Amino acid sequence: MATVIIPALLRQFTGGAERVMASGRNLRQVIESLERSFPGISRHLLDDGELKGSLVVSIDGEVETAGIQAKVGENSEIYFLPAIGGGVV
Amino acid sequence: MAKRTLVETVINNEPVELLCEPRQSLLEVLRDELHMTGTKEGCLTGDCGACTILVDGRPVCSCLMLGVEAQGHKLETIEGLATGAELHPLQRKFLEHASLQCGICTPGFLMSAKALLDKIPRPTEAEVRYHLAGNLCRCTGYDKIVRAVLDAARESG
Amino acid sequence: MAVKKEAHHKYRVVGTRPIRPDGIEKVTGRALYGADYYFPGMLFGKILRSPYAHARIKSIKFDKALKLPGVRAIVTADDLPEADRKPQQMGEQQVSPYYLSCNVLARGKVLYDGHPVAAVAATSPHIAEEALRLIEVDYEPLEPVMTADEAMKPGAPILIDDLRNQEEGPDQPTNVATHLQFKRGDLAAGFDAADCVIEREFRTATVHQGYIEPHASVGIWNPDGHATVYTCTQGSFTVRTLATKVLGMPEGNLKVVPSEIGGGFGGKTTIYCEPIALLLAKKTGHPVKVTMSRSEVLRATGPTSGIHERVKIGVTKEGRITAAQVWMAYEAGAFPGSPMAPGAMTVITSYDIPNLLIDGYDVVVNRPKTCAYRAPGATAAAFGVETVLDELAEQIGIDPLDLRIMNGAHEGTQQPFGPVFKRIGFIETCEALKASEHYNSKLTGANRGRGVAAGFWFNAGFQSSASVYVNQDGTASVVTGSVDIGGSRASMAMIAAEVLGLPIDEVRPVVADTDSIGYTDVTAGSRVTFATGMAVYNAAQDVVRQLKERAAKMWECTPDDVEFDNGVLRTRGDVLQPQQLTLKELAARFIRTGGPVVGRASVSTGGAGAGPAFAAICVDVEVDPDTGKVQILRVTIAQDVGTAIHPSYVEGQLQGGTAQGIGWALNEEYVYDSKGVLRNTGLLDYRMPTCLDLPAIETILVEVPNPTHPLGVRGVGEVSIVPPPAAIANAIYRATGVRMRELPMSPPRLMKALQEHRNSREGQAAAGR
Repeated sequence: MATVIIPALLRQFTGGAERVMASGRNLRQVIESLERSFPGISRHLLDDGELKGSLVVSIDGEVETAGIQAKVGENSEIYFLPAIGGGVV
Repeated sequence: MAKRTLVETVINNEPVELLCEPRQSLLEVLRDELHMTGTKEGCLTGDCGACTILVDGRPVCSCLMLGVEAQGHKLETIEGLATGAELHPLQRKFLEHASLQCGICTPGFLMSAKALLDKIPRPTEAEVRYHLAGNLCRCTGYDKIVRAVLDAARESG
Repeated sequence: MAVKKEAHHKYRVVGTRPIRPDGIEKVTGRALYGADYYFPGMLFGKILRSPYAHARIKSIKFDKALKLPGVRAIVTADDLPEADRKPQQMGEQQVSPYYLSCNVLARGKVLYDGHPVAAVAATSPHIAEEALRLIEVDYEPLEPVMTADEAMKPGAPILIDDLRNQEEGPDQPTNVATHLQFKRGDLAAGFDAADCVIEREFRTATVHQGYIEPHASVGIWNPDGHATVYTCTQGSFTVRTLATKVLGMPEGNLKVVPSEIGGGFGGKTTIYCEPIALLLAKKTGHPVKVTMSRSEVLRATGPTSGIHERVKIGVTKEGRITAAQVWMAYEAGAFPGSPMAPGAMTVITSYDIPNLLIDGYDVVVNRPKTCAYRAPGATAAAFGVETVLDELAEQIGIDPLDLRIMNGAHEGTQQPFGPVFKRIGFIETCEALKASEHYNSKLTGANRGRGVAAGFWFNAGFQSSASVYVNQDGTASVVTGSVDIGGSRASMAMIAAEVLGLPIDEVRPVVADTDSIGYTDVTAGSRVTFATGMAVYNAAQDVVRQLKERAAKMWECTPDDVEFDNGVLRTRGDVLQPQQLTLKELAARFIRTGGPVVGRASVSTGGAGAGPAFAAICVDVEVDPDTGKVQILRVTIAQDVGTAIHPSYVEGQLQGGTAQGIGWALNEEYVYDSKGVLRNTGLLDYRMPTCLDLPAIETILVEVPNPTHPLGVRGVGEVSIVPPPAAIANAIYRATGVRMRELPMSPPRLMKALQEHRNSREGQAAAGR
């Protein structure tokens, strides 16, 4: 089972829990697993079946670019993060 | 439309006759009437110096002068700074010292710096900073601009 | 200017300082910026703006204005389709097309002083301005909400009727768009383990990027529904996406031609004039140029947020940070989307802290919608943390740079929000500053003080495309979609020249329009030399691959038997009879070996973490005790820059960011009156540093190569702005004994603080007598 760190605003779905367990070999399956445990949460993570544009996912300390196909390990730690931009000269 | 006035002036050593409305600033006349867009608009209130040109050798914010006031005066703009294919030493030094990033303030700085070096050929760093304080640059922190002006002075002095 | 190299350069072109290829145009006035385009029959557009900070629009009448001779068209929000409310991915940002559209032209309500209400196209700018005065708008003024504190109070006037957040629930109208939280460890236990805990409160002002070029766009509309916009923007593809969403047209029907850009610093990453110029062009059938004045830029483009911040940090007497808590509310302006998230993600990320709680709030207020500004969110956030660290260092009697080095993040440190740092140079950067001549020099004299601070910025990656074309004479052109805002053409040409073995002046860099190159994200996030540079590197390698194939065909061997080095192709000596051919010789034979050689590449380098950057700064100040004016005597900035492609332009980024940070620290702020009307709408009163306000800015380039880039490039554009405000506050404290916790530390504010300090000292002295 992977550990998913739930962002503050979504903890209403997990009864306040910050760290929850979810199963799956890729991110899509993990989100499906979360939805089974915490109905309603997935619509805050997915948009038309893809990861929401406002989110970036970090799996085991690495920022993922593979979207919902990203591979998840047996003991992975998954963070959902806000995406950032930037501004220069 | 307001009535247009005939203005006879000299721009970069060429006699120029032009028509403009009395309400048009000199900056507007240069840009909108003559399409000499090297002189830039940054603020229209004389605070940024991007529109600096030389009027009878003195640096002036062309946004603060009316087009009709150019009558009978000698104007120098960025388009006339190089001599033919030969860059002015200030232009060359600005390039060598990487003194521009976005480049929008560069024409104004070059004209202000020319006025300075015409008056004080070997300025100190403090004099350079004092004389260029009417020109704003938001990209460079001024360091490389000041170095370029000092270097140009050193070379031609 | 010192350059600290981790390894000796193995490059021929990279690391040298050639003259930028677009330089001549820029020193002769030939370069065309946004306002420099003229087309036959072109009209001039002007925008009518709200005089109220918060009001309902009851009606707009423009019959009189339309009758003015020379006026050709007037548009309002009624001319725009009602856009989708659901946020959508647009380029690298998540935007609600509805909010974007309402910001371009107000719909139903105006939410800030300067909010566009209508626009006019006329034969001259003066006629357009006269027409604006003839438009009659009936407003119902509403109570403005100007700060995050006010906006978060129960019962505060609501800006956006349907704004909701998940915490307050679907039935509760609110001004809080988002709450973000990062948490690690056991905060209470962490503070218990500390020997010294300090908690302080900070405020920073709304500040503007202050680019010298006001926004300008020319729209041209063809009767077949295709359109072109010439515009000064940091992202031509972003303009294409955003403008077509607002106008309700297919994305492919709009060509965006980026002009030269006169500064942006994040402020030109969205749209303002573009859809209005296009709408007026469509309505009139003429090209329409819309330019902003400086006051329009200050009133109605996107500055960055003022914030309210609370910081609590605990350390052991040995200097280990045991716990940190940060609470921040960012003023987003009229619509959601402040840089709160990157603020929360950078605020204390430079340090390895076991117990953490970070809360961030994105709050709408009656100010212009904020836009990115160089390291968005990070500077204001760092002000509090870096000031508290200075106080802690003093309390426990440790050098402030040592405190940062001792707790500094390094390879393997987990960031508060998840990812683990790869190779970074925070500690090296602080050490380089500590070893600098400046930091080790003596500062003497009354009212003088020295301060240090550090900063972190992620740097972005995102998507870029590049093409490299080799001409028959063996020269090359490099085409990218990245607007050149500070000399990046030079870096792109240098990278291609390095790979192809060409002299730099035989490579011409081109910034293409949206029809002429593959999708490329904005010039922002310090990403161009990193990501577009990577695309150029790969495209040049694609050329090399094809050159080897051509040579192999001529030499009747396989491409693997051909080597390419410094512009020369050779057979591998151990395999075949020696053959050799220069790139130039081969280029002359392209026509007989398969036609032109075109190298192509595109990259998608992910979001945050594409080569994080750190800076540390040392500032000496002198405070005038009679006026509260702060003079910067000396400043040195050290930054982890990865491989410096063109060191002069890297130094320029450090110097420019430092100067902006100094302006933010000392003078710049939006001043609103009690009705929410902006009072300082010009550059005389919105006071940015001049060259008389600043000393030379000394730089130390710490070159720790970025392992994720083939040349070790790390973004360098942003982080330099982050540490100056805190460093200056710390220096002011050393000079005067006063801790400043509000920005800007302008003469009136500092004078007041100095007076209070004197009064309290006199009070103490009196009590002691």
